[in-house]
Amino acid sequence: MAKYTLPKPEDMSAVRYEYDGKDWMDVPVDMRPGNWCYAAPLKHQELLKLPHPHKWHPDDEDWGLPENWKEIILAGMKDRLERFRSFGLFMDICVRCGACADKCHFYLGSGDPKNMPVLRAELIRSVYRRYFTKAGRLGRLAGARDLTVDVLKEWFYYFYQCTECRRCSVFCPYGIDTAEITMMGRELLNLVGINIGWIVEPVSNCYMTGNHLGVRPNTFKDNIEFAVDDLAEITGIKVEAPIDKRGAEVMIVVPSADYFAEPHYFTFLGYLALFHEIGLDYTFSPFATEGGNFGLFFEHDEMKRLNAKLYQDAKRLKVKWILGAECGHMWRVLHQYMDTMNGPADFLEVPKSPVTGTVFDNARSTKTVHICEFTADLIRHGALNLDVSRNDDFRVTFHDSCNPARAMGLFDEPRYVMQNVLNHFHEMPENTIREQTFCCAGGSGIGSDENMEARLRGGFPRANAVKSVHDEFDVNTLACICAIDKAVLTVLMEYWIPEVRVAGIHEFVGNALVMKGEKKRTLNLRAEPLPGFAEEGEEAADV
Amino acid sequence: MYDKGKILAGIALFLVLVLFPVWYGAAQGGPGRPPDLVVGTDAESCVRDTETMRISHMDLLDEWRNRVVRDGVRRDEVSGREMSLTRTCLDCHADREGFCTKCHDYAGVDPDCWDCHNLPEGAGHER
Amino acid sequence: MKALVSLVFVLLLVAIAWIGSEAGGEVVFGVVLPYAAFLVFLVGFTWKIVKWARAPVPFRIPTTSGQQKSLPWIRQARFDNPATGLQVVGRMALEVLLFRSLFQNTKAEMRTEKGRGPRLVFGGDKSLWIVSLIFHWTFLVILIRHLRFFLDPVPGWLLTLGNLDAFFQVSVPALYITDVLVVLALGILLLRRFTNSQVRAISLVSDYFPLLLLLGVVISGIVVRYFAKTDVVGVKELGANLLTLRLSVPAGIGAQAYVHLFLVCTLLAYFPFSKLMHAGGVFLSPTRNLANNNRMVRHINPWNRPVAYHRFEDWEKEFAKEIEDAGYELERD
Repeated sequence: MAKYTLPKPEDMSAVRYEYDGKDWMDVPVDMRPGNWCYAAPLKHQELLKLPHPHKWHPDDEDWGLPENWKEIILAGMKDRLERFRSFGLFMDICVRCGACADKCHFYLGSGDPKNMPVLRAELIRSVYRRYFTKAGRLGRLAGARDLTVDVLKEWFYYFYQCTECRRCSVFCPYGIDTAEITMMGRELLNLVGINIGWIVEPVSNCYMTGNHLGVRPNTFKDNIEFAVDDLAEITGIKVEAPIDKRGAEVMIVVPSADYFAEPHYFTFLGYLALFHEIGLDYTFSPFATEGGNFGLFFEHDEMKRLNAKLYQDAKRLKVKWILGAECGHMWRVLHQYMDTMNGPADFLEVPKSPVTGTVFDNARSTKTVHICEFTADLIRHGALNLDVSRNDDFRVTFHDSCNPARAMGLFDEPRYVMQNVLNHFHEMPENTIREQTFCCAGGSGIGSDENMEARLRGGFPRANAVKSVHDEFDVNTLACICAIDKAVLTVLMEYWIPEVRVAGIHEFVGNALVMKGEKKRTLNLRAEPLPGFAEEGEEAADV
Repeated sequence: MYDKGKILAGIALFLVLVLFPVWYGAAQGGPGRPPDLVVGTDAESCVRDTETMRISHMDLLDEWRNRVVRDGVRRDEVSGREMSLTRTCLDCHADREGFCTKCHDYAGVDPDCWDCHNLPEGAGHER
Repeated sequence: MKALVSLVFVLLLVAIAWIGSEAGGEVVFGVVLPYAAFLVFLVGFTWKIVKWARAPVPFRIPTTSGQQKSLPWIRQARFDNPATGLQVVGRMALEVLLFRSLFQNTKAEMRTEKGRGPRLVFGGDKSLWIVSLIFHWTFLVILIRHLRFFLDPVPGWLLTLGNLDAFFQVSVPALYITDVLVVLALGILLLRRFTNSQVRAISLVSDYFPLLLLLGVVISGIVVRYFAKTDVVGVKELGANLLTLRLSVPAGIGAQAYVHLFLVCTLLAYFPFSKLMHAGGVFLSPTRNLANNNRMVRHINPWNRPVAYHRFEDWEKEFAKEIEDAGYELERD
């Protein structure tokens, strides 16, 4: 293997969308380095009791599959065809109209035809036809092909080049959702012990310690205390951040990156400031210290077992309802899976804002409210004293995170919050926002360094849209409400538009929030000087 | 969730719609046989053989009209008769209702002949 | 190549019907095959729907293409993000009748401009939407028009439909607008499979074949109506025979009409086993036919199976040292 170096931006974006007439079935998979992730460490496979745990590497010729791997996969397909209507239906009804073709960010960034959502699905459809339809015996004529090791490798390569962002499903006239197909593909691969470390390890960590990063209970507490101290330095107010407060009204669920990584951390400070200021009676759970759920990315059962902790501990803590923080796929799980998997949450109450009295009737069954809904309601009722000018250094555009966008429809709540805490807000072009938003390209558990090229390519459409508002409006900040976004977009921006940084919405809220008894604020939550407070040298450099 | 009820209702609706002609026929007492036409009596034979007339009389009339109106030719070379719907054709097939209309109605054809050739009812043979 | 194979198939079908009916196979092509094909269509279509329906919808996974229903002062996109059954009906109606998702189609283009580097631009692209909408609607109208061969007496609304379709009153018999449009639409749909590099790359034999078969049906129909005419009364008699289980074939129906009929039979029999089943499938699509009321009403998964949890009690034991270190006093009942 030749030594691999990451291509330069100008080479990376030189993508063509034209092909020769070669049949895709005749093009063997070319596992180009920088486009796939490594296997999961054996320890974590075993800890989760995953099927056929074994050591392997995608670069190896022999993947160490079980002897009867083919039967396992086909039996797994049959099982899933019987359990998921979506799977069977989406196998049958595609007409290959091509509407989805140029909707995928991985396709747009790579030009690889198998990254067209339709072909990604055909990778598995061709096998479905061969073994589950009568016409399949006709082979190529019926669009069918045998299941071989090469096909399996192709599945691995391309199903881990899909972020389950669902952009294609917006445009499909039958609503075929590649996310569903990718989920099935990854589940099937998992049956023969093929999965990636970037997903399995967080899941294993989360299963054992309660969060993806494996932060242990004492470190969790330390981290929150650090945050309280950092906030006190900026605001002069030492807030309470209760953990394991029984009988609190609200349990707050955050993605673990919020108390561990930047720029997430600044958003976390924003929550702490906000909760203090409105006097929210809340608690963190020491047990369920993760809202995110990497189980979603490879196995429905894994998703369920990780998610179960939330309701379990909400019950133990005797809270009334759950407040979910800024996180994309966490919200896909909270919104579309949690109640079905681990409900009914009949031990909780219909969420009601203790400040405004607003009853969140839209969350009457799950009893789980998105923090943007919560904050938008606060602002709407004039419950917050805001000094918007403190955010004047942020010239912001908003990246709709895939899951809250296309698996929930959370569009106007975050925008309302931003419009009330920011003076400079500019939308990206209309085909790149809201339900048409482009993925950060690191979602669904593939935000690893190992597949950096795929991420940067897949992130190109997003970066390209950010660039247009950067050029036009001098936008310097990309806001989002997703923990994966915050990590992935940061890298993406460094590569494509280094002038733009990434922030969460509640960072802006925390900056603008005028707290009772606060000291004269000279720093924002990043501990950078607020507008007008920069030291002279810095200001000069800034201009 | 299966939505069994909705799906069965959907299938039922599909079958009802697709089999519409069956229900319609049943309601109308079954589809009728092709109509017995009142053929004319005056002439020994038609201007063309019956088979041709059944299938493409409209083409012949179209051709006649063009020849008369555009070329000024009035006589049909094959039959030797005048190329005229109202005079030649309706001379024999005097019962327009029993011949033209009956068959057109059966086949669901609504030609625009009578938009111009506006005859009083039953007046065909008097010309 | 794939298109050529499909074309050969269709031509073969034409030849079979032509030769077969000429060689005295009128009963086969006029009675036996139509019954068989229609039966296969009915049973196959129903079977396919039942097959899909036997698998449950374990999770409520609508694709939300607009603002959710949340706070009362935020305007919900009712048809793109329905929250009630009625709104779902609205979304489905727009989808099925007007192809709303396709209406929103865009085209991405990579532009390279001096000094700027490559740039992706997106524009609205209604071409696929309009062409497929025209095809589906004209095909439906044509299908309904054919009811005149099966309904006796022909109802007034059917005559009106035919008259509207023949509005321009050119040619004899009057040219139907839908006949022109359907050929054009099918032609464009076929052409884009050759000219659009992306669509070409994804097309299978099972994409070319139905298109060519449909073109065969439509063109043979046009031939029978406008060029090599058949005895319409005989055709209608055959229709009545089929409806009343009279197994006889009237004379005077030419081979050209049997070709048309045979292609239609092939289409009917092929339908349930092909991608054409999207017609029934779209109604079952869980990303479209479910309300986004996930947090309002609990969705039940019939196989919601138990999984091994990491229990609080075990966690507490495993991390006893860290928990003590943190000074938690973890209570429970």
